[in-house]
Amino acid sequence: MTSNRIVGASVPRKEGRDKVTGRAQYIDDMTLPNMLYGATVRSRVPRGKIKKITFGSGIAWNEFVIVSAKDIPGKNCIVLIVDDQPCLADGIVNHPEEPILLLAHPDRHALPKAVDTISIEYEPLPAVFTIEESEEHREIIWGKDNTFKTYLVEKGDIDGVWEKADYIVEGEYRTGAQEQLYIENNGMIATYDPERGVTVWGSLQCPYYIHKALMTLCNLPADKVRVVQMETGGAFGGKEEYPSMIAGHAALLAIKSGRPVKIIYDRMEDMAATTKRHPSRTRHRTAVTKGGKILGGEIEFAVDGGAYTTLSPVVLSRGTIHAGGPYYWPNVRIRAKAMATNAPPHGAFRGFGAPQSLFAMERHMERIAQVVGLSPIEIRRRNFLQPGQTTTTEQTIREAIDLEKLLDRALELSNYHAKKQRFSKDNRMGTSKKGIGVAAFLHGAGFTGSGERNLSSVVDVEACADGSVRVLVSSTEFGQGTKTVLCQIVAETLGLEYDDVTIAQADTGEVPNSGPTVASRTVMVVGKLVQSAALGIKQTLTTSGALERSYSPAEFRTACQNYVAAHGTFRSSARFEAPSDVFWDDEKYRGEAYAAFAWAVYVAEVTVDLSTYSVSVNDLVALQEVGKVLHPVLARGQIVGGIAQGIGYTLYEKVIWQNGRMQNSQMTNYIMPTSADLPPIRVFFEEMGNIHGAFGAKGIGELPMDGPAPSIINAVEDALQVRFDAIPLLPEDIFEKLATESISKSGPHSAGGVQSQ
Amino acid sequence: MRSDPADYELVAPANLQEIVALLAEEPGTWLPIAGGTDVMVQYAAGKLSARKLVSIWNLPELRHIEVLADEVRIGAGCTYTDLRENETVGREFPLLVSAASWTGGIANQNRGTLGGNVVNASPAADSLPALLAYEAELILVSIRGERRVPYLDFHTDYKKTKLASDELIRDICLSRRFSEYFSYTRKVGARQAQAISKVCVAALGRLDGGKVKDVRIAVGSVAPVPLRLLETERIVQGKAIEPSLLLLAKKIAVAEIRPIDDIRSTMRYRSTVVGNLVAEFLEKLRANEPAI
Repeated sequence: MTSNRIVGASVPRKEGRDKVTGRAQYIDDMTLPNMLYGATVRSRVPRGKIKKITFGSGIAWNEFVIVSAKDIPGKNCIVLIVDDQPCLADGIVNHPEEPILLLAHPDRHALPKAVDTISIEYEPLPAVFTIEESEEHREIIWGKDNTFKTYLVEKGDIDGVWEKADYIVEGEYRTGAQEQLYIENNGMIATYDPERGVTVWGSLQCPYYIHKALMTLCNLPADKVRVVQMETGGAFGGKEEYPSMIAGHAALLAIKSGRPVKIIYDRMEDMAATTKRHPSRTRHRTAVTKGGKILGGEIEFAVDGGAYTTLSPVVLSRGTIHAGGPYYWPNVRIRAKAMATNAPPHGAFRGFGAPQSLFAMERHMERIAQVVGLSPIEIRRRNFLQPGQTTTTEQTIREAIDLEKLLDRALELSNYHAKKQRFSKDNRMGTSKKGIGVAAFLHGAGFTGSGERNLSSVVDVEACADGSVRVLVSSTEFGQGTKTVLCQIVAETLGLEYDDVTIAQADTGEVPNSGPTVASRTVMVVGKLVQSAALGIKQTLTTSGALERSYSPAEFRTACQNYVAAHGTFRSSARFEAPSDVFWDDEKYRGEAYAAFAWAVYVAEVTVDLSTYSVSVNDLVALQEVGKVLHPVLARGQIVGGIAQGIGYTLYEKVIWQNGRMQNSQMTNYIMPTSADLPPIRVFFEEMGNIHGAFGAKGIGELPMDGPAPSIINAVEDALQVRFDAIPLLPEDIFEKLATESISKSGPHSAGGVQSQ
Repeated sequence: MRSDPADYELVAPANLQEIVALLAEEPGTWLPIAGGTDVMVQYAAGKLSARKLVSIWNLPELRHIEVLADEVRIGAGCTYTDLRENETVGREFPLLVSAASWTGGIANQNRGTLGGNVVNASPAADSLPALLAYEAELILVSIRGERRVPYLDFHTDYKKTKLASDELIRDICLSRRFSEYFSYTRKVGARQAQAISKVCVAALGRLDGGKVKDVRIAVGSVAPVPLRLLETERIVQGKAIEPSLLLLAKKIAVAEIRPIDDIRSTMRYRSTVVGNLVAEFLEKLRANEPAI
């Protein structure tokens, strides 16, 4: 238990002062002597063979360093899960914006012109742009069948449920791509010398992913590759895998030129070339009783992975496991697949597959409610997972979560029932309609299944010569509060002041591999390891007699100083060990998918203006159970920020594709909401604790991304009595749907997709 | 920045006289740049074809608001912030002040100028429908002298104007006779702020004995140029505002515009929304509801 003195208190951010005073060093603030600037020549076609590359006239090409695939010292791939993505296209391109050549020059202004004069002739090959085109197999663009990965989850006897059903409810739901839109664009600097090998500094999430990718690409041993994270201006998953590509490019130019090379993407290049959230399609077919109980269902979840595997298998995995939502499915079959298309690979983005499949689930619950004739509230109440029951992967819910209670509190906080009644009365008149919608969901924290066991993360905590304590992890700070919260955990564990604890820069030359900073795992998993490493320090000091059992922070400092003076560097390590009772079967996709789930109910209130068909969100109540809030301001910030991003995902942010290429790669035409578009976001926490997390914490970084889309679209349906099953939902979509519905006059809910038995 | 500064020349003469002399010397060669909120966007994207720029930013001759007995003369170099802060403009030209408040963010409003907005001639520019509704006139200057032209037909085609290659806009003149009119304006953008319009409407109206005495309706983003809906105005003139007139006005308005499908919206959506907003204007005029 905590004192709420440090853990549970909103202490100042470790890097906050440097950020607000402008002292924080981002990658573009860094300059090295003799440095060159690098640029990337990219494909303009979705798929084709490279026939000829012509360097245009009017450019002093002898001043440029030029790198192509044949300059790569190691293997031409960006190592991640499957080694299918080249670092530089060699003979064939599989998506627009695929890197083909690299240029470097001392004057950064000389680069765009040089890139523009290079013309590449292709022999075009037929390309595939949608999940449907990909699964038709008319054109095979990847592997044997355009499929990066499939999963099959089976529980109970799904084939036996259909005849017992009173209703069978079907639906299809779609979600679009979304750009992460971190404030700081991607960027890297690389140096090379034969002695020390390659060093890169950059804006990034996962130093050891890059470390591994550079070893293979540059054919260097581990000790000849060093990756250092600079202050990073936002990431949201967008700096999980693509920085390995940019680091590779900078390293190749540095190796060839023998000089430091800086590559900074501008916003247009960053948006067009780097990863986005996977577009998805989910199909539900659900057997339900008259009483509204789910007997079982089939769920088919498909994501568009783009041209190479990258992280699609794991995104698909999380989406698959979350596809059943926070409900009890006695019988279920989930088939999931990640399909190849000729677009830049889609990648990690806050939520990682779960916002997609949960949108489908929570829209489908509305449809089930309508078919059965129950309220959206009652249908959820009757199907919520209860402690002791199992999830779709047959993970037993062991904690005492009471989802009905959570729902009731959210309804009360949002004044749901009174509003619902008032809106349905007021909506009879006027050109603006109001609606209110609910979404219930869960989000698993940490890596899926055996993921944490395989990662086997390590952290160090060091007692320093000056008596302070330092945390050494590869977990990165990119605005979410990693540095602050890990230091809080150590200070609380050791009974020190917050200022007594510092954290090392994420530099693979110095810090151990505590795993990637993803999957809402940092506070829960890495935090727990840091706590245990800190205890190791205390134990050594007390057993050696340097420290009494009960001590003041000052006595602790003295003990550290004495111990380091006597014995030299003093570090305590902790390595992840999976609890022995946790079972996961990768083959059958069955077992304990996550060490902990966070639970939530969101309620959205909207107004639809029928003059302009635009939706504004007027209120959003976000209630979540997160184990324990370690830092109230940061935790609230995560929820508010995630909801803002979720509102963008739902109503504003649309990637306009043409032949696999993003057409609106500027902030003026890729529309993210501003503060003027956001409602009051009312954040509430429940805290039940969690034995797997530091001081009871669960992961919360991704959770708030899951709730806005379904709660808002459910509210839009409540306002208009018209169904919308795809996001982003733009005013043009609402206009077209209303125009069609008013022509067909088939009633607010046509029977399409519903069979009564 | 995708452009190389070495490829560009920028001069900043001290006064208007020297600037118009330079424009006359090499007509069509020098691109005037005021706040740069349009020009620098093209520069950053590597798409600025003009290589010679002449700064007209913050020239005293262009940056003043003069209140005369029957009109207000706004210097072409006045920024949106200047407009928002001017008391007379605020009181008598609410359509223009609203448009100024919608344009970009604070930084854009501190740099962007009304004259620049006119000359850039984007059909999506927010302040142009307001100028049409107020029946603005422009004073154009060159080394040859000055001339005064109505703004109504200043835009001849997409991004084309009647400005000669040696001319600059000096003043935008707004008649003060509309101060008692009912004002209605609405911008439909993809978000509440910092958005380029999908549809923009600025309208003025006056009733007499329950009938329409006089209206001005202007729209942006729905044709190659900002447009006055003259036919719609004519149809409603002298009539009582009732449901049948709203339907008719919608129909005529939609027939007057020429919207397109583009990256921001669709033709169908824009057409319907223009109709809806024209109807909304007339209904609010009838009810005399404050609309701004």
